[in-house]
Parts: sequence; structure tokens; C-alpha cells
Amino acid sequence: MAEANVVVNNSGQAGTSHELELIDRVQRGENALFYELVRPYERRVFAAAMAILRNESDAEDVAQEAMLKALRAIRQFRADARFSTWLIQITVNEALMRRRKDRNNVIEAIDDRRDEESDYAPRDFADWREIPSEALERKEVRQRLAQALASLDRKYREVFVLRDMEQLNIQETADALGISIASVKTRLLRARLMLRDLLAAGWEQGWFSRLPFEKGTKPW
Amino acid sequence: MVNDNIVNCEHVWHKISNYLEDDVDASFRSRMDEHFQTCSACRSLLEGTRNVIQLYSDERMIEVPSGFGSRLQHRLAQSRRAPGRSWSPWSAWLVPLAALLLITGGVRIASSRTVPQPLLSAHAQPARNIPPDMVVVVSAEAKEFHVPGCEFIHNKERERTLTAKEAVDQGYVPCVRCLRKYLQTASAGRTSLEMEATSEPDIAGPKQDGGE
Repeated sequence: MAEANVVVNNSGQAGTSHELELIDRVQRGENALFYELVRPYERRVFAAAMAILRNESDAEDVAQEAMLKALRAIRQFRADARFSTWLIQITVNEALMRRRKDRNNVIEAIDDRRDEESDYAPRDFADWREIPSEALERKEVRQRLAQALASLDRKYREVFVLRDMEQLNIQETADALGISIASVKTRLLRARLMLRDLLAAGWEQGWFSRLPFEKGTKPW
Repeated sequence: MVNDNIVNCEHVWHKISNYLEDDVDASFRSRMDEHFQTCSACRSLLEGTRNVIQLYSDERMIEVPSGFGSRLQHRLAQSRRAPGRSWSPWSAWLVPLAALLLITGGVRIASSRTVPQPLLSAHAQPARNIPPDMVVVVSAEAKEFHVPGCEFIHNKERERTLTAKEAVDQGYVPCVRCLRKYLQTASAGRTSLEMEATSEPDIAGPKQDGGE
């Protein structure tokens, strides 16, 4: 049980020397190198925008806008921060601004007002059937997981994406979304438990029925 | 809740996320560990929650639309050739721009010193002798590039650094004051940059020439 404790990592190390060199060169005006600098993070940037906007075309546009802003502001970046976090924070900010302009989000915003402090009781206590990461090779599994995530209210989805998919830490997540640390923790707990329940229910519906299990590993 | 030595299932539900964040105090953590030893339901909850995090943190869970990267790359490249910054539209404006520069700035030099007539031609053939790797600065809403520290930089708080080649590519023209020695004016006809081998740009140039 002891080794089981730490699942969540912050991957908070500073950038590689190659990345730091690229940052330095772009800051000195070699703008053509900027894409090489952001390429390792372009997927995460898109995912951050997508978590907030839930529309591929808007998310892509916002991701591009955010990268242009990052390029313009590159000299404000300080090497004591993680570059990936900086990019994602700019993207989240851009996506939130875009959403404020979008009337279609009003309905979801009203939906968000439901009491987030109310306790969420886990529903499924049956023995957990491990879903191995190999299952992610299958597109339908990835889609099922994406659908489960998309079904969460946005306040839970956003916190979960930034913390667990984008690897921002709690404080960074709070800063990016403009909410308190306590809110991040509450929403994160609930998002994780809800997803667990959704995946457990997914077992019953056969989402993972053809998973390639490792030899000798019983899934339940 | 946590003052009680007994940890029940509900306590675990509330803290399971923090537990995985390693964000519970040591004594409560050990009581949770004891609880997991005996409660299969909470153990299942822990395993499932951990499994959820592992799956969603996998890079494969992030899918981007086809061609996303190349479109981003294209847009970034486009921004470097944005209107007002691209070479080709500017080249058509070089002569009137040079005339404007002459009126707004160069004339002041001309009025205080004897400056050769062909100054205008320095702008018509800009930056030819400036080392392409030379670090220069440009500032918002200005059209010239300068050596860092040039006293004629407008909007200094909004300046950015780039190479001379990039500045030229983006349509900027050299400052006639700080970069004069590189321009093919009659008075600064010494265009051999080897003569000016110092890598640190010489901002004393205009003063030596009595520029202001």
C-alpha cells in the first residue's frame, strides 16, 4: 500500500537546457524559433482550450491566438517558472475571455451554479477493475473516456483537465481559473470520484470488454 | 472529523483526492492506510480514483485535430509577415518613408551639421552592410531598427530585440543615427564592417558625428 500513495506528480522541473536556450534566443528576437519552442506543448495547449470551450474549431483558434500572445509576451517570461505552465495559463485566460463573449455558454454557466459544496457520495463500491493504460491504444476507449469527461459540469471538467491532464499544480490551477485553492480541491475530488463512477458504469456497458490484459493479470 | 481516532468511510471519501495529492497530515494518512487495509470498498475507491488519474494523464488522451500543428506553425509564420511588418509591401513605400524620416529626423542632423545630400539613398538601399546577425531593437509603432541603447528609440518600454536580418525581413529600416556608419551615405561611406569589428554596437556614432 505504501508505494500506492503518490500517483499525482507535478513534473515541476525546470525546462531542459535546450528549451532554456530556445527561450533565450526567441527572447532575443529569433521569432522563427518560437514554433520549435512550443511544439512539445501544442497538444496540451489545445486540450486546455478544448476543456473550456468544448468546440474544436474555437479551441484551435484560441490556441493559435494564445500562442501569438505568448510570442509577443515572450520577454516577460521568467525562467523560474515552467514554460509549459506559462503557455497553458495564457491559453486558459484566452479561452475564458472567448467564452465570456459567447452567449451559448450562458446556459452552462447557470448550470454551474449548483451547489458545489454538496457532498458527492461515490456510487460504485464493487471491486475496481483496473483499466490498463494499454487500453488507450484503442480509439473507442479514448472516446469513451473523453465522453465521460465531457459529461462533467464545466467547473469540474476544467479543474480536472488542468490538474490531472495538464499537470498544473493546485496553486497554478487556482490561478489559471481565478478560483480559490479550496475550490480546486473540492472540485477535483468530485471530478475524480464522478469519473471513477462513470468508468465503473462503463464496465457494465461493455466499454472495456475487449481489453488486452497482460498475461496473468486478472482485471477483476 | 479528523480529531476522532476512528476513520470511517465517509472521511475517506472526503480525503481521498488529497490523499493522492499527498496533501493530508501524516497521522491522518496513517489512519487512512489502516482503514484501506480493512475496508475493501474504500480500497476499491482508492484504486479506481488512482486508475482514473493514470488514464487521463496519459498523453494519448489528448487528441488534436488533424493538421493542428502545421496550421499553428503557419499562423505563427504569418504573424511575422503581418501587414506593416512584411518586406514586400514596405519596399514600395521605402522612398516616401525615407523622405518622411528625412523630414522628421534626419533634417535635424542636416540642419546642425553638413550632411551629404545622398542621405536619402541610404534608406532606399537599407541595411545592406549591416551584419545580419547584429542584435538590434525595434519598438512598437515605429518603423526603424536601432542598436540597443540608441537614444532615438521611441517607446522604449515596448521594445523588442531581434537580429538585423529579421528586422529587415520584417520591413524595418535602419535608424539613420545609430546605424549611420553602416549606411552608404557619402559621409559614412566606409561600409566595410570589418573596420567596425566590435560586436557591441557603437552608439557613440551619432555623437561623434555631432548628430544632435
